[in-house]
Amino acid sequence: MVPITTFHYLVVAAALFVLGVIGVLTRRNVVIVLMSIELILNAVNLNLVAFSRMWGNLHGQVFSIFVTVDAAAEAAVGLGILIAFFRNKETINVDEIDLLKW
Amino acid sequence: MPNFIMSYLNSKDAITPGAAGSQFWALVYVFIIFAGVSVAVMAMNWLERKALAHFQIRLGPMRVGPHGLLQPIADAIKLMLKEDIIPAEADQFVFWVAPLIGLLAAFTVYTVIPFGPSQAVSDMNIGILFMLGVSSLGVLGIVVAGWASNSHYPLIGALRSSAQMVSYEVAMGLAVVSAILMTSLNATGTGTLSMIGIVQAQQQQGVWFIFKFFPLGLIAFGIFAIAMIAETNRAPFDMAEAESELTAGYHTEYSGLRWSLFMLAEYAAMIAVSSIAVALWLGGWMRPFPNLLNAPAWDFIFSLFPALTFFGLAAIAIVGVVRMPAHSFFKIQRIGLAAFAAVLGFIALLLLVIAVAGRSADASVAASPAAKFSEGIDYVYWFVFKVAVFMYLFIWYRATWPRYRFDQLMKIGWKVMLPISLVVLIATAIVGVLVS
Amino acid sequence: MNPALNSGLNSAVNAGMAPVATPWFFYVLAGLAVVSGLLVITRRNAVHSALALIVTLLAVTGLYLMLYAPFVAAVQIFVYAGGIMLLFLFVIMLVNIERSSKDRQFNRMWPVGLAAACALLVLFVSAFVKGKALFPDRMISLPESSNTQQIAGMLYGEAGKMGEYTFAFEIASLLLLVAILGAVIMTKKKI
Repeated sequence: MVPITTFHYLVVAAALFVLGVIGVLTRRNVVIVLMSIELILNAVNLNLVAFSRMWGNLHGQVFSIFVTVDAAAEAAVGLGILIAFFRNKETINVDEIDLLKW
Repeated sequence: MPNFIMSYLNSKDAITPGAAGSQFWALVYVFIIFAGVSVAVMAMNWLERKALAHFQIRLGPMRVGPHGLLQPIADAIKLMLKEDIIPAEADQFVFWVAPLIGLLAAFTVYTVIPFGPSQAVSDMNIGILFMLGVSSLGVLGIVVAGWASNSHYPLIGALRSSAQMVSYEVAMGLAVVSAILMTSLNATGTGTLSMIGIVQAQQQQGVWFIFKFFPLGLIAFGIFAIAMIAETNRAPFDMAEAESELTAGYHTEYSGLRWSLFMLAEYAAMIAVSSIAVALWLGGWMRPFPNLLNAPAWDFIFSLFPALTFFGLAAIAIVGVVRMPAHSFFKIQRIGLAAFAAVLGFIALLLLVIAVAGRSADASVAASPAAKFSEGIDYVYWFVFKVAVFMYLFIWYRATWPRYRFDQLMKIGWKVMLPISLVVLIATAIVGVLVS
Repeated sequence: MNPALNSGLNSAVNAGMAPVATPWFFYVLAGLAVVSGLLVITRRNAVHSALALIVTLLAVTGLYLMLYAPFVAAVQIFVYAGGIMLLFLFVIMLVNIERSSKDRQFNRMWPVGLAAACALLVLFVSAFVKGKALFPDRMISLPESSNTQQIAGMLYGEAGKMGEYTFAFEIASLLLLVAILGAVIMTKKKI
């Protein structure tokens, strides 16, 4: 079979990225939008680690650890915002969260 | 075929199947571990009921086999034959998948447990990190099980249980880190995260980590020992599954085989965290007093211990046979127990022969297959013996201590264990830097 | 099988880590990751999406292990699958209202979103087709044994020197502290 090269990993990462973007832009449930953001960040991590292997140094892996830390912080804060909003307006529907619209 | 086996066992340096890249031997080890864990869980079930009963001055199961020895088998058959009830509004797929998540998390951990210097399925370089991470996946199974049951008792029980497990994971992790700090105090100056490497570091430094930098190792071990009880939802931290408070918590709605999967996952997780404690602090597969009693005579005496253990068990079984009442009702039980004693005695004789053959070949060729086999058995025996001590301690705690209320439990986890483990970590680091 | 096994063991030990049936593992893990990703964005029930995301994360962990990044794989299991997904499941249970599972699944702007995602996909495909020749054919084999030590060297630095990422490491820990404080304050009922 064809030996697995960096390119294969980049294709997988791109596929996950596009799926995440579709999830963010088209879903109605806010929690699923946040989960699609995590999917995007995972795709970025995969990309970084694949390139780290290609170049032979570990900068990509260290960067991906920082991206993971960042994703954890952002998930916590995003879910906090969601809970605070839910307590006020009792909905998790993206279309109905429009208090700041004109 | 024997050629194939001997060429693997006699390879130039004995390594794990993972390092050798050999899938066949990895599968063989996995099957052996799976069979061993299943037998251990059944034995643990029996021991728990008998030991709890004797602690409470009663006898426990006595009827099913001689002294209740066949009770776990009867329980397993009953659970398999029970009706599989699924609540009406429950989410079918998630209800089905939840015990599987817990079971997968509990059993995946066994790939890195070091039964000996090359007796692990695969010695990953991040062994301890892998074990802690995968056992934290078990919490997901509990949360999902509680939610999928679509009733409030399981949901509350699941949320409580997962909150408790997550809070004690932090203290567990910090205690583990302070043990890993101690591995970096050897000659090369670099520590290791691999489980086999940690035990070998204890071997090189000549001291079990529980006694190192006294009392720091002891306090770290104590924190881990307490946190691992909370991690597996055992008494005195079993508020989430206590029968009197929450009607069995997250597995209330599960019946029959699915419930037995939860119990299997719980016992397997208990064995897994006990093996972490044994490998990190109690010297893993090393026999007691490796430096103090160093002579070959002591080596030989300690290598007889597996045989002596089985002889002891056979002797206890024979005493049970003798003490059984001479009534015709007990005839089958006497025969059964005598057969069990005979099997144990046979295993003991086998181990004795292997131990003696391994040592008497010591003068001529120390690397003969019998010596290697005897060493392998010794390593596995001491590891399993220490884990069995922990299992008995789990049962003892359950019989002795009342359970903590949930807010007391969370208070201990965050306000007592976390600061103590941080202090122990910093103190270990400071002492380690000063010593080297 | 017998003579090859002995030499195979030695060469495998010398190479650091023996790759095992690599293309098959890659296709299974990659397929699992993409299929689970698809399930994440198309399930009506939020808990099903969360479980599918857990499967995706575990598949990506397998891909990291194939890329000789064991420490990143361990961090992924610990932080993502064991921490973030638990947080998501708690919040789903907290805000789960019956009405949401009978609502429509996709929001009002779904044609626009889908068009944008398709444009992105076309961009990726054209970038890959044009740039495929830039990537090398074979992958080099990194030693696995010192991965954690090297990452630690980069993050903390060797004795006496600062590592390359020490400052970023400290900033990241500050970021986590701020996130903890923010999440706690936002979810309190009365500040």
